[in-house]
Amino acid sequence: MHGTSTRERFEQAVLPHLDAAYNLARWLTRNDPDAQDVTQEAFLRAFRFFDGYQGGNMRAWLLTIVRNTCYTWLHQNRPPDFAEEFDEEIHSGESPGGPDPEIQALAGADKETLHRALDELPGIFREVLVLREMEGMSYKEIADVASVSIGTVMSRLARARTRLRQSLGAALGKEP
Amino acid sequence: MSCKLTQRFVPGYLDGELDLSRTIEMETHLETCGDCARELARLQALRAAMQRSSLAYAAPAGLRERIRLSLPSSAVPEAREHASAWRPLAIFRWAAAFAVLALCAVMGWQFIAGLRAPSPGRQTAQQNDELIVAEVLASHVRSLEANHLMDVASTDQHTVKPWFDGKLDFSPPVEDLASDGFPLVGGRLDYMEGREVAALVYQRRKHFINVFVWPDAAAPISAQNIEPRQGYNMTRWSRGGFQFWAVSDVSAPDLAEFVRLLETRIAPESK
Repeated sequence: MHGTSTRERFEQAVLPHLDAAYNLARWLTRNDPDAQDVTQEAFLRAFRFFDGYQGGNMRAWLLTIVRNTCYTWLHQNRPPDFAEEFDEEIHSGESPGGPDPEIQALAGADKETLHRALDELPGIFREVLVLREMEGMSYKEIADVASVSIGTVMSRLARARTRLRQSLGAALGKEP
Repeated sequence: MSCKLTQRFVPGYLDGELDLSRTIEMETHLETCGDCARELARLQALRAAMQRSSLAYAAPAGLRERIRLSLPSSAVPEAREHASAWRPLAIFRWAAAFAVLALCAVMGWQFIAGLRAPSPGRQTAQQNDELIVAEVLASHVRSLEANHLMDVASTDQHTVKPWFDGKLDFSPPVEDLASDGFPLVGGRLDYMEGREVAALVYQRRKHFINVFVWPDAAAPISAQNIEPRQGYNMTRWSRGGFQFWAVSDVSAPDLAEFVRLLETRIAPESK
């Protein structure tokens, strides 16, 4: 049944999402060669499951597989970094009127600083930001991909943004 | 931040995840609330900075071809082995999967047909209860998923109760249980058993409890056992001329305690 037609259907339906798949893998594994391996493995898995795919959101379906593949890979190859940082409070500074220094700093933030700040976030926060800000996914889609509730997506996203802002605030504050 | 809407609704507003009425409320609110407006501006600045930096990676050249070549039924022996390992089972698996799907489709269809065309004369009370259970569950899940938990967000029972006036043909009993650790957080209109009903939303730590209320002439029934359903706990009771259904992901003992408190607060006779 895996004749040419299945392959053709797979290539037409799934390969267009290669960039999204690689992007998620790249941010989760944090380097290019691993991201390529993981992406390839994820596509092979996707191909195996393709006949079970019941329609619906192809990108979310594929990214779920990419994410699972990443985690399996990270488990085998990396010290745990994904399980940490669940209990942590949100602090956000208040500032009085006038031009907002945080907004001014963000307006001048360069790509390297942002990249580093995002790269240094714990994995569970990195992934929600990648899915939300780069892939433009809805809370529901992110919840499907990450196999968590929408409430968890919302709280992780809130904490991820707070962490990113704190980290950027520290990095941008240091610069002259 | 002193505005309590800031952390709750500004991110959802930024992400376009609020429903229409809440979006409109938020827009009005943002005109006057410095806290929320400032938070929104900062989040927008963060988003703008991320988008300006184009942080997304594109797949490197060659990866597409590498993947295409690695797919089974191409000329790569290793991949072929991979595929053939499970191939003999495949037809059986698909047949089984198809059978399950077909069964689900038939059952789903019958279930939906049942929901659409209730025939009260022939339905037993138990069947009817099952339909309500399904409706209550679906409504609870939908209220959490669609970001449509509340039409009126207030911890004040004297705000929530009048809000239903003119929207329902009855006035639901509204009690705040904040002092017992179950604060009332709001209410909304919902639809149950072919009629508009009141949904009251309570909170237990980070969990929400939906209480559905509608008039019911039946004799008072105390809350029965807490039943687990698809990962949620639910129960029902009748009192004061109303039927109540409570559903939540709080633990069964918590829900039982909540129901006990609510039952004792609501007068046995209809007000």
